[in-house]
Amino acid sequence: MTAPNWEIGGRALGSRLLLGTARYPSLAVLQQAIHASGAAIVTVSLRRESASGRAGSQFWRTIKELGVQVLPNTAGCKTVKEAVTTAEMAREVFETPWLKLEVIGDDYTLQPHPFLLVEAAEALCRRGFEVFPYTTEDLVVAERLIQAGCKILMPWGAPIGSGQGLNNPYALRTLRARYPEISLIVDAGIGKPSHAIQAMEMGYDGVLVNTAVARATDPVQMGRAFGLAVAAGRLAYLAGAMLTQEMAEPSTPVTGTPFWHSAPPEPTK
Amino acid sequence: MIIEVNGEKKQLDQQQVLAEAITHWGYECALIAVAHNDEFVPRSRYTAIQLQDGDRLEIVAPMQGG
Repeated sequence: MTAPNWEIGGRALGSRLLLGTARYPSLAVLQQAIHASGAAIVTVSLRRESASGRAGSQFWRTIKELGVQVLPNTAGCKTVKEAVTTAEMAREVFETPWLKLEVIGDDYTLQPHPFLLVEAAEALCRRGFEVFPYTTEDLVVAERLIQAGCKILMPWGAPIGSGQGLNNPYALRTLRARYPEISLIVDAGIGKPSHAIQAMEMGYDGVLVNTAVARATDPVQMGRAFGLAVAAGRLAYLAGAMLTQEMAEPSTPVTGTPFWHSAPPEPTK
Repeated sequence: MIIEVNGEKKQLDQQQVLAEAITHWGYECALIAVAHNDEFVPRSRYTAIQLQDGDRLEIVAPMQGG
């Protein structure tokens, strides 16, 4: 694990990659993928448990062995009441006030419900949660979430699990420019390491990925690829990219070029 | 009386508090959290909640998530 270089939610962490834990071929692959990615935060969830099954306890032991920070989510919640109750249950089970707040408003795109999201964020910030709201790139919703007490925002890149990348780079850039002091993490829709680099080069503080790693042919290698991509994108942002221009400009110095302008131009016919 | 646990109806023969019912159903050693009629119940209150006929319980545990 790298030395801590990122302050988020009151913790100092060594990686800006957040990794989801769902949809992996097995718990062993999940564990190896997290390790290979270097992710310091992993998202987890709560589901109905049968008394005989105990699948949850086995999963939780696997995650605890890795010593990473967990970020419980409220996946599947559609009302403020459901989100708040799920959050309270998650805080007790996972022993953390961190919460990825999801309140879904549309079944087809899994778009966050902007109004209910703000309402739930207000309730949870009042209850002492560190809320990581999964939101759209909407500026006004962002403003309302910040007013509610959120210090972190997680705008979507594209619909969850779609792998489309950053569908609205303009809005994401605007959000970054508008809120330089807020921790911004692109959550959802990232399909390839190049998408993660793009977000990090824009100055995003982190990237949350799940399906892109879990459903890769080799999730462990892809985990490593995302870890490197996020680090590379961050370095590039800090280094400051050159400005683009329309025309070519020789990168090799022209002074002293052999035969430079020595031949007369070809006569035109 | 009938208690709905995770959407499934379960029979309880006598009046019980939540802590007894959880043990009765075999959850006693599991890492779980409970909502009673949609309200979160902290562990410290499991012995204080008297179950009534028709009550709904959600019993959840850690699971993979994105």
